[in-house]
Amino acid sequence: MLLSIDTSAGTSVAVVDRDRGIIAEHSEADTRRHAEVIGELIARCLTDAGVAVTGLSGVAVGMGPGPFTGLRVGIAAAQSFALGAARPVVRVVSHDAIAYGHYASGGSGPLLVTTDARRRELYWSEYAGADEQGLPVRVEGPGLSSPDPIASRDIRRLDAQEVSAGALGTLAEAMHLHGRSFAGEEPLYLRSPDVTLAAGPKRVSG
Amino acid sequence: MTREHRAHEPLVLGIETSCDETGVGIVRGTTLLANVIASSMDEHARYGGVVPEIAARAHLEALTPTLTTALEQADVTLADLDAVAVTSGPGLSGALMVGVGAAKALAVSLDKPLYAVNHLVGHVGADVLTGEDVEHPTVALLVSGGHTSLLLVRDLVNDVEMLGETIDDAAGEAFDKVARLLGLPYPGGPEIDRAAASGDPTAIRFPRGLSLPKDMEKHRYDFSFSGLKTAVARWVEQRRDAGEEVPVADVAASFREAVADVLITKAVAACRDLGVPRLLLGGGVVANARVRALAEERCAAAGIALRIPPFSLCTDNGAMIAALGAQLVAAGRPPSGLGFGADSTLPVTSIQA
Ligand SMILES: [Zn+2]
Repeated sequence: MLLSIDTSAGTSVAVVDRDRGIIAEHSEADTRRHAEVIGELIARCLTDAGVAVTGLSGVAVGMGPGPFTGLRVGIAAAQSFALGAARPVVRVVSHDAIAYGHYASGGSGPLLVTTDARRRELYWSEYAGADEQGLPVRVEGPGLSSPDPIASRDIRRLDAQEVSAGALGTLAEAMHLHGRSFAGEEPLYLRSPDVTLAAGPKRVSG
Repeated sequence: MTREHRAHEPLVLGIETSCDETGVGIVRGTTLLANVIASSMDEHARYGGVVPEIAARAHLEALTPTLTTALEQADVTLADLDAVAVTSGPGLSGALMVGVGAAKALAVSLDKPLYAVNHLVGHVGADVLTGEDVEHPTVALLVSGGHTSLLLVRDLVNDVEMLGETIDDAAGEAFDKVARLLGLPYPGGPEIDRAAASGDPTAIRFPRGLSLPKDMEKHRYDFSFSGLKTAVARWVEQRRDAGEEVPVADVAASFREAVADVLITKAVAACRDLGVPRLLLGGGVVANARVRALAEERCAAAGIALRIPPFSLCTDNGAMIAALGAQLVAAGRPPSGLGFGADSTLPVTSIQA
């Protein structure tokens, strides 16, 4: 059984089980309230699932891509929850959860997943389809792009507003079951921090 | 204090991520058990100041290792804790959110109470860890790269008042900017201090911000450093324009004197006006040799008891947050719950969020 957290869009938390699927899931769509809601959503999921922390086998977390400030809240929460529970963290590309949900509900074939990157840009990932285990096969991305090149692509497109921690957690269970490798420890910010090197002190006298 | 008594003091872990230091501290009551700090200062050096996004990314990377090291250092386990405390403001909001998210999840995973505390009051709280008796009321002068505040602390967990604060740059920022002007590296505080050692502090009379009678009416305990910074820049430009060499040591010493003078003058005036014969210094700028010396000199002359905690408790750190958390627990305060957010402008009257 996993606690699953994703804050790459809104804040989504779930408790999932390999056999029973999504046992509890609570989400907040607001993309600016991650730090406020994260604790209560975790607590509610555990209560609703009727599971003690010791009953969990790990913590799954979405590593983005997603806007930095919110994305970090979920990753920080997952890491410290795992530390407190003495359980491992498994990291998943958040777009993979969206694609997994699409294929699990009957979709098939090539798919382009996009999410809002703000500043009139999109995060995107391209999938060839699902493999024999039903796991999404990502062939490109995740990347960052202006909307135009994406609009001109001739491929089925899924513009997601939310990432379900339930889908992310069940994907993590399936990946673990089939021995797939998880994402790395680096958050998928896909943008450098906004900094411009100042060209030396500015003149103050005329 | 007997061992039995000590065993009843709350064991609290504190998390601090309001600026560029990732701090985790563990205290038992007023006893310091661990104070581990990871700083992203070096990553900000080439930009000449703290870059919020770089600081926030560094917090996320550093937090788990810092937690683990602190637990090892304190030789306690997470299960031993009585409570978790975290800075919820004031500070850089993206940086604060890393600590807030982590602290909430940690508290839920451990089923321990969580206390959201005020960063500035945390600086004052550090004083309880020095092992000496702490008396209130006290005036506290907290000066760093992120804040310059003068507080009246009547009671650490009940009654803290903001007397004044900077209306523009923090004093630490002024050190960074003037250092850059003089071609000295970041962070500017220690560099200015070093350069000033051989300079004449009376060589140039730089302005003391908000110290004129008309300013003192409205801003008696407030600070301003942007005018001082501009005055230094103008003075240096004039020398350079005239093809003269800039006497770096004298400029550094005169600038440092202006900052130290205005800080300590206002702090001592607050002690006198309010009849409070105690002054506590906190924040990274207390490392500045001249600020300390001037505080010692003027407090001694005015009969004010001066307290300066060890430097590792003055810069931003998790131990001070744990210490304030432990004081709240000991005072019987209910925990903060899980619904609070990061508040970049949390007022000092909100000791606990
Ligand atoms: Zn501070």
